[in-house]
Amino acid sequence: MSDTILAVNSLEVRYGGIEAVKGISLEVHEGEIVTLIGANGAGKSSTLRAIAGLEKPYKGEIIFRGDNITGRDASVIVKKGITMVPEGRRIFPDLTVLENLKVGAYLRSDDIAGDIQWVYDLFPRLKERSWQAGGTLSGGEQQMLAVGRALMARPKLIMMDEPSLGLAPLVVRDIFSIIKTINQQGVTILLIEQNANMALKVADTAYVMETGRITLSGKGRELLTNDAVKAAYLGT
Amino acid sequence: MQFLQNPMPYILAGISVGGQYALIAIGYTMVYGILRLINFAHGDVFMVAGVFMVFLSASLPLGLAIPLVLVLTVLLGFVIERVAYKPLRTRNAPRMSIMISAIGVSYLLQNCALYFTGGLAKVYPQLPWLSDTIEIFGAVTKRVTLITPVFTIVLVVALVMFIRHTKIGMAMRAVAKDFETSRLMGIKVNSVISATFIIGSFLAAVGSLLYFTNYASVTPTSGGMPGLKCFVAAVFGGIGSIPGAVIGAFVIGISENIIKGLGWTTFSDAFTFALLIVILLVKPTGLFGEKATDKV
Repeated sequence: MSDTILAVNSLEVRYGGIEAVKGISLEVHEGEIVTLIGANGAGKSSTLRAIAGLEKPYKGEIIFRGDNITGRDASVIVKKGITMVPEGRRIFPDLTVLENLKVGAYLRSDDIAGDIQWVYDLFPRLKERSWQAGGTLSGGEQQMLAVGRALMARPKLIMMDEPSLGLAPLVVRDIFSIIKTINQQGVTILLIEQNANMALKVADTAYVMETGRITLSGKGRELLTNDAVKAAYLGT
Repeated sequence: MQFLQNPMPYILAGISVGGQYALIAIGYTMVYGILRLINFAHGDVFMVAGVFMVFLSASLPLGLAIPLVLVLTVLLGFVIERVAYKPLRTRNAPRMSIMISAIGVSYLLQNCALYFTGGLAKVYPQLPWLSDTIEIFGAVTKRVTLITPVFTIVLVVALVMFIRHTKIGMAMRAVAKDFETSRLMGIKVNSVISATFIIGSFLAAVGSLLYFTNYASVTPTSGGMPGLKCFVAAVFGGIGSIPGAVIGAFVIGISENIIKGLGWTTFSDAFTFALLIVILLVKPTGLFGEKATDKV
């Protein structure tokens, strides 16, 4: 068994009086693809936002590679090696493709030329559009840019919030094959998806979230054949 | 109708005052670009820089007083943001509340200036060399009139290069579009906002040195009209755009001096605001304003 890279223990996230996440625990092992599936409003995004430092957890702790990062500033968490591909891609529309990648490496002071080349090798389309403003890219290209930007910090763990959202089926397939490629190159991945079918196929471990709680967990392939999951998320 | 017989002095004066307006207008437009906030206290920061100069030059040599004015004004801008705007922002106050806070700061600065100056117009020190009179194209003017536009253009070009080519400049452009995603990149949003206020206040302080050298005295309300006109310049150019603010400032400076030259001095301010109304009717986002087509 590989080492635990991220451990979330009894995490609670609240917005005002609303409890979005009601005490969940999960583990991500080094080198894995872990997916968190569930319906809209199940608390998946809130979980990722708390890990990324965008929301302060109400209770619980988040341990990353042995360090307690609960409630730390987002910049500290990026520095420690967690980056995020936010929901809706959120690339910077006025910055060029190259600048979007550079801003992803904002906290680094070493040479980033090799990493830009790495991203361009992963996504040759981005290289062609290097000088174009990010906002002029298609949805799929923007998603590639958002992933590339998250790679530029040289993270140990990338969290992706609904990378397939709003993309054409063929593009979704591309994105998932990229996720596998990145994972094979040594980056651990925590993936949130509503497209449970695709997510479970690539995931080593999967958690099912419902109204703020984890209701089921197991190996990705196993959950794919689980009757409850099939009925609720796979529509088969 | 002196303008028609001898237009040169008016055009020179217009270009000069336009440069001074530009330096102030940049502060409005940059803060708006990042925070979507109209910093009503900015004109008063400009006035306070003038008051600093009056008091500091009374006891210190100019070589020491001028840098000190720049440092103190920058510090003032920084502190205003940290004390009056940031706490509201971090508590997710509506933008309107922050604007009211800005109006409060504006009156606070005016009242403090009133207290320290006793409400009297304070004589602004003569800056040697800058205040010397020279003759150009048959027009007699102060040297500052010629220096201002050159100096302004140099500063603006430096600023634009800074925003385009440095890391912090890139962070400013990122933060201007999306706070949260900027945080995910590891950008400290509050530091970027502070940097914006520091740059804006620095330019306002430089503008103040050039402006008051021409006008010879400072009162607690000296920031009001120039502040308002510079805000108009920023809106005219398309608020959020630096080149827009600079062009807007020169247009307003030159037009109001031509109006004066035509003998309608009484109406020169009215003209400025009428111009704003017309521009907004024709082009609601200003000359270089961002189009409101945010792709979702």
